[in-house]
Amino acid sequence: MKRKKRSSSSSRKVKGLGLHVIPFSEVQYLSITDRIKKILKLILGNKIVILQGRLKVEEEIRLIEDTMAMVDHIKSFRGIELAVIEPSLNDSGIMAKMKQGIANRLSGNTGALTIIGPASIVKEIKKDPKKLEVMLG
Amino acid sequence: MIRIIKSWSKRVLNSLFGRKDNIKLGFYGPPNAGKTSLANIICKDWTGEEIGSVSDVPHETRSVQVKEKVEIEHKGKKLTFKIADTPGIATKIDYEDFLKFKMKKKAAKKRAKEATQGIIESIKWLDDMDAIIVVLDATENPYSQVNITVVGNIAAKEKPVLIIANKIDLKKANVKTIEAAFPEYEVVGISAKKKKNIDDFYEALFRLSKKV
Repeated sequence: MKRKKRSSSSSRKVKGLGLHVIPFSEVQYLSITDRIKKILKLILGNKIVILQGRLKVEEEIRLIEDTMAMVDHIKSFRGIELAVIEPSLNDSGIMAKMKQGIANRLSGNTGALTIIGPASIVKEIKKDPKKLEVMLG
Repeated sequence: MIRIIKSWSKRVLNSLFGRKDNIKLGFYGPPNAGKTSLANIICKDWTGEEIGSVSDVPHETRSVQVKEKVEIEHKGKKLTFKIADTPGIATKIDYEDFLKFKMKKKAAKKRAKEATQGIIESIKWLDDMDAIIVVLDATENPYSQVNITVVGNIAAKEKPVLIIANKIDLKKANVKTIEAAFPEYEVVGISAKKKKNIDDFYEALFRLSKKV
């Protein structure tokens, strides 16, 4: 009996999709190094990470640096796709914006969501001010 | 002796008026946005030599390229820059993407390895820059997290930024979208390939230098 050949497109299909939600309280007191380490460990386990809140700008750039160092060292790792969704305050009044600004400083901008996925699973994250599309490949 | 006195007096005057003499100007942005094309125009115009090679294959610049003492004259004013053209910053590098450009597997893998190291080098150089030109492809969606992260980091370091919307010669180009994505910064639309609006770029560059 002949075995059916697998087509190349079916072998690229995502077989199981793992989402890992990290509440802000879980990373709140971690150092930059530990926070990035935690995220990248999940990414290496082929999980899409949904982090409550957003990383600080210096953490985001550090994430890119560490990701590149890993791409350089881990054979099958190609990198990450990353996007942040934040509640739009464009139509809000000055007071609402100020309140949100203070709350963000105190809480680490928990109104935002950060999505980070391994590039092998998340092909692209299309983002514009109104919507966010996660394309899996 | 006269040269030493001249240079000393220039330095004293510059420090008195808060003007830096050798402004470290970094060209940052995603791969294939046209950083090297623009840096080449400046270097060719004012030193007679280009800074690096340009290609359709992404990650052509894989290590920081520097041109020292680039003296630019614009409307009777002169400024000296140290220009650093940096590798494009990305969150993923896949050697298979280079194979589409008819590159051999070994060469593609080498290019990918060098590109990852180039990105790390680019980020490290950020701290050393006095002012940054962020070059974006005006035909692409500017809301990518890499763009936001790069601009956010420069802003956090309180370095003056000028955003260049390159490739305005192409139909799909949309400078307004880039302006909407980064409303706090000056955006200048240019075409490095067709040398369009380069005078506007120099004008904006001199305005940027005042903030250093």
